[in-house]
Amino acid sequence: MFGYYLDLALRSLTRSKVLTALMVLAIGLGIGASMTMITVLHVMSGDPLPGRSNQLYYPQLDPLPLKYQQSAYGPDPRLNFTWPDAMALLAAHRAERQAAMAGGALLVRPAQTGLRPFYVDGRYATTDFFAMFGVTFLRGQGWSGADDDGRARVVVLSEKLSRKLFGTNDSVGRTVRFGDADLRVIGVSADWQPQPMFYADASAKVFDDADQFFLPLSTALDLKFDTNSNQSSWSSFEGDMKSPVLTWLQVWVQLKDAGQVAAYRQFLIDYSAQQKALGRFERPPTQARLYGLMSWLDRQNLVPADVRLQLWLALGFLLVCMINIVALLLAKFLRRSGEVSVRRALGARRRDIFLQFGIESAVIGLAGGVLGLVIAQLGLWSVRHRPDDYAHLAQMDVSMLIGTFVLAVLASVLAGLLPAWRACRVAPALQLKTL
Amino acid sequence: MEIRPILASLRKHRIPAVLIVLEIALACAVLCNAVFMIGQRMADIHWSNAIDEQGISVVTVNGADPKLAASEIPRNLAALRGIAGVTAAAAATSMPLDQNPALSPFVTKPYATTTVNSSVYFIGGDGEKAMGLRLLQGRWFNADEYAGSGFKNFGSTGHVALVTQSDANRLWPGQSALGKTLYTDATGWTVVGVVADVLAEDPKLSGPGGMYSSVFFPLQPDGVMGDYMLRSVPQDRERVVREAVQVLGKLQPGAVVEGTTYAGMRSDYFADANSMVWMLVLVCVVMLAVTAFGIVGLTSFWVQQRRRQIGIRRAVGATRGHILSYFRTENFLLSTAGVLTGMALAFGINLYLMTHYEMSRMPWYYLPGSAIALWLLGQLAVLGPALRAAAVPPVVATRSV
Repeated sequence: MFGYYLDLALRSLTRSKVLTALMVLAIGLGIGASMTMITVLHVMSGDPLPGRSNQLYYPQLDPLPLKYQQSAYGPDPRLNFTWPDAMALLAAHRAERQAAMAGGALLVRPAQTGLRPFYVDGRYATTDFFAMFGVTFLRGQGWSGADDDGRARVVVLSEKLSRKLFGTNDSVGRTVRFGDADLRVIGVSADWQPQPMFYADASAKVFDDADQFFLPLSTALDLKFDTNSNQSSWSSFEGDMKSPVLTWLQVWVQLKDAGQVAAYRQFLIDYSAQQKALGRFERPPTQARLYGLMSWLDRQNLVPADVRLQLWLALGFLLVCMINIVALLLAKFLRRSGEVSVRRALGARRRDIFLQFGIESAVIGLAGGVLGLVIAQLGLWSVRHRPDDYAHLAQMDVSMLIGTFVLAVLASVLAGLLPAWRACRVAPALQLKTL
Repeated sequence: MEIRPILASLRKHRIPAVLIVLEIALACAVLCNAVFMIGQRMADIHWSNAIDEQGISVVTVNGADPKLAASEIPRNLAALRGIAGVTAAAAATSMPLDQNPALSPFVTKPYATTTVNSSVYFIGGDGEKAMGLRLLQGRWFNADEYAGSGFKNFGSTGHVALVTQSDANRLWPGQSALGKTLYTDATGWTVVGVVADVLAEDPKLSGPGGMYSSVFFPLQPDGVMGDYMLRSVPQDRERVVREAVQVLGKLQPGAVVEGTTYAGMRSDYFADANSMVWMLVLVCVVMLAVTAFGIVGLTSFWVQQRRRQIGIRRAVGATRGHILSYFRTENFLLSTAGVLTGMALAFGINLYLMTHYEMSRMPWYYLPGSAIALWLLGQLAVLGPALRAAAVPPVVATRSV
């Protein structure tokens, strides 16, 4: 019966080509616009480190004085850590792994002639960074805790930077001039660009930048390298990055299971209580928090308001298209009242008629889905040419591809429900009389 | 035109009638809000900015040794002034809309607070000429003030400042700003001049009403100055940028040198808004087209369904004009219902956007504006099917089907 209905649907659709084309076009446009924006939203709220993200946590302390007033426009200083707090959390070793970090853009002066100096983004971090985030090394390795303590003049390059500077990914042992300091390359990492760059602070372009070098935090501090993350102080501050009233560091920890998470949460509260007893913290110790990676990203609101607005706009457009299709299908199905009546008189049940028209709607949806896919690809192509930092991410994956067809067929079958219902309620006798 | 028979016939086709009304309502609601957003973004893109936007080129030098700035900056400026077509050149710390904000709260009393983050500009000698600032009151900085002002802890060690007209009105309403003292914490500067409104470095971060809150300080050659402003006639800009990058590239081999026209810098800032405007325009056009096609499709169906009735009306004396105006009136009634619902919906959507997306209230005239647009669209869409209806010959009435 299914094949027969499919045949009927195709016959009916080819009979009135203009109307069919209009319906396919309408659903294609609606689906294309919606899927473009859904895909953008999907890639922006994706998991940056699949398989690892469920073990990564961001602690948060509240070292602010009681009278501190948060400006509505500035960033929250508590999003970052002061040097003493970050070092205390690292020294406590309560997590499987823990690392403190900050971003920086440094001037690289290539040794070979013909290459102008250029700025490159990278990260100052502590030793656990690589193991905790799963950065893979092509050559060499990261630095040790002893290098951290000894402010070793070492650096890990990304493959991209290594190739740019030396034309090879084997640059271990060579020297690169960062700013006014010579650093020895001890490792080359495979290019690594988690999307979004969850571990950077809010001032970074989290969908665009990738770190091209990594060097010990203590070394960066020693060489007075600039950081490009937000620096917030709430008391007079004379440029000392180790000041207890300046937040600028990010701290991530790796915790294995729920037990460790609960223990770490308690540790943060205990630490805050101890600091409060010492008179450094003024706020209640229960202000200390521990966020999982994904819930941390949720709190950062990485999806710009414009993108969410565009999604609503696209969905509103899809709704207009669907109402349009309901109207057109109604016209189309009711025009065939005579045909329905004959089938009914010959013994077809209402549900047979309903099924027949349902399949016809689904066929339109499928055709609309194909068109919608083409339009969505066009839409994504145009998004990729936008100036925004997330633009290059706008690519469809398999789940979005399947989603396109599911949404298209769902929308068209939904749109076909009312017309099909009206058609199967046609009174056969009345129609047959006029034939 | 008698309306009652039309209403009676619509009552018999309730579902299609409701669908058309709904479609027009939704289109109207989305159109209102989309056009409003387009209007807002266009207004942003056209923000005025009292510098010579079409004549300035900016070359940025990053990574030069700050200790050598006192000798290098004058040398670089001398070389830049030698480029053909350059009428003025000066160093500065930042430019309006360069998205590299240096913000500071300025108030009229020591330690007072404000919600406005003013943009701070440090300009070197000739800065006012190279930037094309417009003086409204008072005087420019003199040579002694340029030579005697330094930079420390993100503030000026000098004693004078220029403010914009907006700031002068905001800080000293109803009074002249000249000679008044501008404070950050305990440090004060005397206002020696008022210039026409210059945009902030990044107006998003300026706080409410702070878009034109810009304060200018004089600065001797200093390592914090990374921007070289060059002024020329607009036709020369491209060449001036090219040559300036070459000149500075040679003079500062250890630094990163990048050049752009100021117009390019401005369009970079508005690139997001620009792409959003195009996307909104596209959505509006396509949505109106889809709505129009929907009306055409459904009216055609109605015309076909009523061929007999039309024939009968023609046979008993209705003219083609009567039939034509019947369908047009019918469409007008449906559009009116749709537009009324749509305006209410548009208002509701605007309220929602105001609470969730920092949107401002839509001015009332957007509502009747898009209502008229949809009325016209409806009339245009119905014309084809209505003409076909009018062409139905009276003889149809005598045939059985």
